[in-house]
Formats: sequence, C-alpha cells, structure tokens
Amino acid sequence: MSAHTAEVSTEKPSWFGGTSPYNVSYGKLMMWFFLVSDAFSFSGLLIAYGFHRFNHVTEWAVPDNVFNSFPFLEGNNYPMAYVGLMTFILIMSSVTMVLAVEAGHRNDKKDVIKWMLWTIIGGFTFLGSQAYEWYHFIHGTEAGGIVDGVLYHGANLEHNQYGHKLFGSFFFFITGFHGFHVFSGVVINIIIFVNVLAGTYERRGHYEMVEKVGLYWHFVDLVWVFVFTFFYLL
Amino acid sequence: MSHVIDHGHAADDHQDHHHHETFFNKYVFSQDHKMISKQFLITAIIMGIIAMLMSTAFRLQLAYPGEKFPILETFLGKWAKDGVLDPSFYLALVTIHGTIMVFFVLTGGLSGTFSNLLIPLQIGARDMASGFLNMLSYWFFFVSSAIMVYSVVIETGPASGGWTVYPPLSALPQAMPGSGLGMTLWLVSMSIFIVSSLLGSLNYIVTIINLRTVGMKMTRLPLTIWAFFITAILGVLSFPVLLAAALLLIFDRSMGTSFYLSDIFIGGQALEQTGGSPILYQHLFWFLGHPEVYIVLLPALGLASEVIATNSRKPIFGYRAMIASMLGIAFLSFIVWGHHMFITGMNPFLGSVFVFTTLLVAIPSAVKVFNYLTTLWKGNLVLTPAMMFGIGLVSFFITGGVTGIILGDSALDINVHDTYFVVAHFHIVMGSSAIFGMFAGIYHWFPRMYGRMMNKKIGYAHFWLTFVGAYGVFFPQHFLGLAGVPRRYYANTEFPMFDGLVDINVLVTSFAILAAAAQALFLFNFFYSIWRGPKAPQNPWNSNTLEWTAPVEHMHGNWPGEIPHVYRWAYDYSKPGKEKDFVPQNIPMGDGEMDEGH
Repeated sequence: MSAHTAEVSTEKPSWFGGTSPYNVSYGKLMMWFFLVSDAFSFSGLLIAYGFHRFNHVTEWAVPDNVFNSFPFLEGNNYPMAYVGLMTFILIMSSVTMVLAVEAGHRNDKKDVIKWMLWTIIGGFTFLGSQAYEWYHFIHGTEAGGIVDGVLYHGANLEHNQYGHKLFGSFFFFITGFHGFHVFSGVVINIIIFVNVLAGTYERRGHYEMVEKVGLYWHFVDLVWVFVFTFFYLL
Repeated sequence: MSHVIDHGHAADDHQDHHHHETFFNKYVFSQDHKMISKQFLITAIIMGIIAMLMSTAFRLQLAYPGEKFPILETFLGKWAKDGVLDPSFYLALVTIHGTIMVFFVLTGGLSGTFSNLLIPLQIGARDMASGFLNMLSYWFFFVSSAIMVYSVVIETGPASGGWTVYPPLSALPQAMPGSGLGMTLWLVSMSIFIVSSLLGSLNYIVTIINLRTVGMKMTRLPLTIWAFFITAILGVLSFPVLLAAALLLIFDRSMGTSFYLSDIFIGGQALEQTGGSPILYQHLFWFLGHPEVYIVLLPALGLASEVIATNSRKPIFGYRAMIASMLGIAFLSFIVWGHHMFITGMNPFLGSVFVFTTLLVAIPSAVKVFNYLTTLWKGNLVLTPAMMFGIGLVSFFITGGVTGIILGDSALDINVHDTYFVVAHFHIVMGSSAIFGMFAGIYHWFPRMYGRMMNKKIGYAHFWLTFVGAYGVFFPQHFLGLAGVPRRYYANTEFPMFDGLVDINVLVTSFAILAAAAQALFLFNFFYSIWRGPKAPQNPWNSNTLEWTAPVEHMHGNWPGEIPHVYRWAYDYSKPGKEKDFVPQNIPMGDGEMDEGH
C-alpha cells in the first residue's frame, strides 16, 4: 500500500508544504541522496588509496609501464591508449543515456529503445574492456619484475611485478568495486529496457524510470573519471 | 478497515487500498509506518535486554574477580565454567554489549522507532514516501539483529576485539577465538545493518522534504522532525564510509590483501601481509564513528525538545537556535574524528586542529542545554514520567559534556585515554542521555502507539531507580579512570596499585544490578499497558503537534478525510489571549494574532 503521493504538482514549487519543493518525485529525490551516499563510499576508498600511495610513494608502480597493452597489438608499447578508449566508450554511453532520457521526455518509445540499447552495449563493452585490462595486469610480462628480491610475473591481490603490492590490491579492489557498479547498472538498464519494450512506461504516461536509472548511470561514469584519474593519470 | 483515501494526483501511485488485511500483512510484512515503528521498538527492547544482561555479567566479574557465580554457568555454560567468567568471553561480552547498544538499540531502535512513528504523523503525511522500502528497512534490521545474536552462541564465540573491531585483531582469523567465525558474522550483520539504515534514512529524508502538509514550512516543523531529518542525513553520509572500511577489512581477512596489516608476528612467525596500516582503518571507522555519536544523540535531543516544551507549557526557547545548533553539531561531527586517535602517533599539529574543531562542538551543545533550561525556567511544569526522563537527559548531557571538554583536549586526553574515564564519559553523554531520550519518547508517545496509557506511578519508580542507578554506575568510573584503571581489562588483580579501588567496582556493580532490575518495572509497565492500560484520550498531554489530531485507533492513511492544514508553529503554549494553554498547529490564526514562530 502506498498512502502517499509524489505530489508533483503544477503549482509553483515552494517550501510551504503541500507540494514538493523541488518539484520532483520522491523516487528521484531518493536516487539523488543514494548517489551522494555512494559517492562517500568511493571517496572513502579513494582516500584510502591516496593514504597508502603516499606511504609507499617510492615503490609505487608507474601506470605507464603497467597499462600499455592494446588488443591485437600486444607486445607494443601504447601506454594509456586502451584505457583511454574504454573511458571514451563509457562516456559515450552516458551521452546515449542522455538521448534516451530526452526521448523519454518526448514519450518517443522508438527512440528510447534505440538509445537504451546503445547504452547497454556501451556498458557491456566497458566491462569487456575492463576484463581485458585485468587479464593483462594479472598475467604481466614474460620478463616479470623483481620486487623485494623476488621475481614475480603479473599481479594479484598479494603481489605485483610492477611495484608495491598495494598498488595491485587497490587496483583490483577499486576498479572491481566500480566494475560491480557498472555491472549492476547494466542489469538495471536491461530491466528498464525490457519494461520499455513491454510498453510499461508508455501506459504510465511518462518515462521517469529511465531518468532515474540515467542518474545512476551518469554517476557511475563520473566515478570512473575519478578512478581513471587516480589510477592511470596521476 | 479500508478507507478510501484521496491521493491527489501522484504520478506513479497505485490506488490499491481495498486490499485484504491478513495477519501477515498487518503484523509481519506491514508497510504501515506505525506498525513498522512498533516492530523496531519491540526488536530494540529485546536487543536492549540482551545487551543489558551482558553488562551485568561482566560487571560481576569486575567487582568480584575470580569469584564463583553459579548463575553465570547456568546462562553461559562453557563460557563460565564453575561460575567464573572466561577471559576471552569477557572480551566478547564487552564487544557485543557495545555493538548492540550503539547500533541496534540507539541507532536502529531509536531512529527506527520514532522517525517512523512521528515523521508522517507530525508533518501531516499519509505514510512514508515508500512503504515498501520502509518495510525492507525493518526486515534488514531484523535479519542483522538475528545474525548478531546468533554470533554470540556459536562454538568459537562472537567478535571480541571491541565494538570498533580494530585490525589486526579483527583482520586475522587466528588472532583470538572471536576473530574467526564470530568476526565474520559481525561483519555480515553490520553490512546488512548498513543497508537497513540507508533505506530508512533515504525514506525519512524524502518524506520530510516532499510530503509535508499544506502550511508545514520547514520553520514550522516540530524539533523532533528536524532532529530526525539531520540524523538521517548524517546516516546517509557516514555509513557508506564504514561500508568501505568493512569491505577492505573483509579483503584483508579472506583474500590475502594487506590494506590494514603490516609487520605482524603470530607465534614468532612473521606474516606475509605487510605494507598496510591499521591507522587507516581507524580513520575510516571514526569518520563514521563520530557522526554515529550524533546519530544516536540527536533523535533523543529532538524528542526531549518536544517533551520538555509540551510539559513546561511554554514555547521552546530559541526554536531557530535549536535548529541551527543541530545543524552546527552535524557539520562539526564530520571534522572531529581525529580526537578518537590522539595516541596513534598523529602529528601533534594535526592533533591540535582536531582539538580545535572538537571544542567547537561545545558551542552548539551549550546553546541546546541553555535552551532546555530556559524553556524549563518558570514553566508550568507537568512532571509526567516522560518529562522526568526528558529532564534526566538534560542532566546527563551536561555531566557528560563537561568531561567531553577534557577528553577533547589532546594534552589531557593522553592521560586518561583508554581508561574508565572514557567509559564514564561516553556512557553518560551518549549512552544514558540517548536512552533517557528514548524512554521519554516511549512514555510520551505510548498513547499514540498503542492507544492506551502507561502507569504513571511505575513510571516514576522506573525513572528514579534508573536515574540513580545510571549515575551510580558511571559517576564513580570517572575516579577509576583518573586513577589510571584501563578499560576492557578482564581483571586488575595483577596491579597492586589498583587494589584499593576494588570497593569502587563493587559499588558500581551494585548500582548496575539495581539499574538493570529497575528495567523490569519498565518492561512490566510497557507490556501490561499494551493490553490492559486505560484507553488513551485524543490528546493526553494537551500537545500542539499534528499526531494528536489523528484518531486514537490506528488506520491506514492516518487521518480520515482530508489531512489537516497547518497554520502555526508547534510551540504555541500558554499564548497570551488564548483560552487554553495550547493551540494545536491545525488551528488557524485568530484576528490580529502574531505568528510566534517568527
């Protein structure tokens, strides 16, 4: 039972009561607050990362030496090229999401379907690229690397051929945490996509659900910008 | 009991009110905020009893170290062979007592009960924004409570590293008996608790923002609602950081990472995990941990504001200052976490920054205290049991606040850190204050929850025994702390310099048993009154807030017909020129009447 209303009214929004002061439904407002909360989780993790990086600044791995592989061109040195591409793909999926939301405002089911589909494809492509990055990092190079007098090949949660092991631990943990968010985002997008196909929102008269998952999707992309900056660029 | 409710024009509202009411959807999987509030309260009471009994068990050991209490063996079995408490289980009891009291009674129990009950009723809403998420919030809370209680009875015992679960004790399953399965269950329970808290808080926030009735401006909200609102925001911002800390801890425990671990020897063997830092955990934990103190305290202060103003028959003094000081406390709570870590080797300059921000908290806290006192001053005091508990809260808040200034100053803190002085401080300022606020709330809103009245005489007896008991337990502990007695020790018999202090521990334990026994009065009064108490009148305390305009019998949607509109603030008590000494918020302004709220 839901003895309440979202109270999105045509009256001028105000804090006087009886209307939503921001003229938004409770669901969208909840999503915003959830995102703020999630942002604090990521901040906690990134600050932890910074804390340890600062503690081990001389032994920290140099990203340029780690992430220099490009699919089908392995063995060549293309630092940051592939991660740049996957970042571009993720950001483009945000663009297609915006277009889906915009189509929703026009109640244009066909366009919503088109752009949602592209967003989902973008999400999957990003996840695939991340799998490639992990694969490359886990396997490392044939020459390996000597850390603390021991020869290692590749990296896992416990050691890392390119430098301090916490670099690897944090890389897997934080990109994994982010990847989990992207994965959930893709799953939610698919659910909403199926609902759009089934005409649920057409019957409801508005596509607000698309807008809500859009907010989540943009947030996940925004977080990636920070993860990318801290792990790859700095 | 199905009422047709006018919904307005919600976009995604389902008009399914003629649903069939079964036992399950009324008492178990209810989506009605009033029922959910009662579910939270009953669960919290059960958890509170468990945690309180734990405290009496370890208080016996502290007063009479090594002596035999057959009753302990009856209840604890192998953990108290021959009636002597096992040292490792002593640590477990202290840990779980803290965890349950802080999270399950004073966070989930306090916010869960009163935010759910009062937010829709006091702002004039039919229910929470999302009844479904509200129900989920309770059931996540229930599951996490059940797991935490279950962890106490497993073979290896529950988590025992203290309620803060610092690594390395919490990160290495081989560190101590409770670090194995017990610690895993603690983390599972806490993760579920965080989900529950997040769902609850999101609901409280959006309900207050979106669903206030016509005329209920933010500056006309009762202070209870402001307190719940700010508490919910604190929860949304601080619990996710605990989640991050807990996830890293789980990886250290089971995936071989070393975020928190370095240079550890177990049985002479060096561990492979190196390079991490346990201090990192403390930073992340206390970034939650300090706001958590105010998550516990603010709802209690909010309840007290309402109870004290109503029963002083006077407007609350400094309504806006009260709001501003709560906002100030909430903001400051995010930048003071370092005062829990003064002795971790923190740079003294950084320490002094945390001293500064910590001492700033005294300003809004003092504003609140003076506002309570000036509200009471020359009031027409109606000393109901709720009012007694409200005044008790003010007393504890002052006493505990004074020692807070000592602990907040790093130079002084170094002398008393990790002693009973700290135990005394936080049990008074957040433990007793918040519990007294919760009792005030229960006595005051019981008629609203169950439609019946609690017995006043038993209420007074309960108040005096608890009040004297709580001071008797915690006040002498200051002296133990100043003498240097460390907290969390199983026994101090190995330290001759503490021999003379055993008498104080005997005194403390006697008061602890007294205070614990006094709760039986409350439990009897509470459960007896649910079924046998006299029927409650519409507005038993002559209060102004909207919840007393709703029918005594609970109904979905809270009000039959239209939701009342609001024309004034919540504190028009003893207004000159009025016939009665209270004017409810839904009474329109008379001719030429001034709005006192502004």
